Amino acid sequence: MLVKVFVTPRKGILDPQGRAVEQSLKTLGFAGVAAVRVGRYIVLELDAPNAERARETVRQMCAQLLTNPNIEDYTFEIEPIEGGPR
Amino acid sequence: MKWGVVRFPGSLDDADALWALNQVMGQEARALWHKDEDLADVQCVVLPGGFSYGDYLRCGAIARFAPIMKSVVRFAGDGGLVLGICNGFQILCEAHLLPGALMRNRSLAFICERVSLRVENAATPFTCAARQGEVLRLPIKHGEGLYVAPAEELRAMEERGQVLLRYTDATGQERDDANPNGSTRAIAGVANEAFNVFGLMPHPEHAVEPALGGEDGLKIFRSIITSVERTSAAASTAASS
Repeated sequence: MLVKVFVTPRKGILDPQGRAVEQSLKTLGFAGVAAVRVGRYIVLELDAPNAERARETVRQMCAQLLTNPNIEDYTFEIEPIEGGPR
Repeated sequence: MKWGVVRFPGSLDDADALWALNQVMGQEARALWHKDEDLADVQCVVLPGGFSYGDYLRCGAIARFAPIMKSVVRFAGDGGLVLGICNGFQILCEAHLLPGALMRNRSLAFICERVSLRVENAATPFTCAARQGEVLRLPIKHGEGLYVAPAEELRAMEERGQVLLRYTDATGQERDDANPNGSTRAIAGVANEAFNVFGLMPHPEHAVEPALGGEDGLKIFRSIITSVERTSAAASTAASS
């Protein structure tokens, strides 16, 4: 399985990077920009018997290492690896 | 007393902490290797500043899983004193020994300067050699020192007196421009509920001799020594009675 994890600063938590990027976008003239948040994208390959087991494993990875639940939210996608299963 | 200073790959200030304790203060401090699990007979563990494991993923996130951290968590659970400075503070938060987390400074810039800090609770093992409300001058040098915690947790921490140091101006007044990194409630250092684990972004080990520009850091280390001496004096009184 190919796992794509998207980590973003938790809503309501100050995100200085997001704020700076938002300001820069506005300075460049991009109107209507709001709520910019800068996060992290982690992609990994995972050997799992099925998607449900893979999802459970990824949730554990996120809880234990990939994210800090104090300050970050995450979503993830799981898809088969192109070229067939490994 | 006996101190252990943990050395992770990427630690920077372990040598300065050892210098402050051994050469300046005449203590018995030794380095503890991150791969070891034995804390031997140390009475206080120091997690020093630096960039453990390159600060990969999040500051302190990888160091938390170093073999020695299992022992540090156990040691803290048994009431042992743990002091986390800068990166050490970040590691203690990631290891859930302290509440909250440290994020990128609001300026997005690395800050290296001397700041003023007000002692908010002088009745702890880490601050008892300072006066309540005293203003200390210590250096900071970090890119990720903006302290955050859930609002509910913050209220409870304030009520329990877990905020030990706050950024202020030189007169001890809270001012937004005296908050170098944008920390919530200008928090610079917090203790756990049991008051045996303390993390702070400023560097007491860099302020222990006049040649370093100040000696206020000694007050943090002296507090720990005083509190350990008191505890062992109380223990021996209890044993002899």
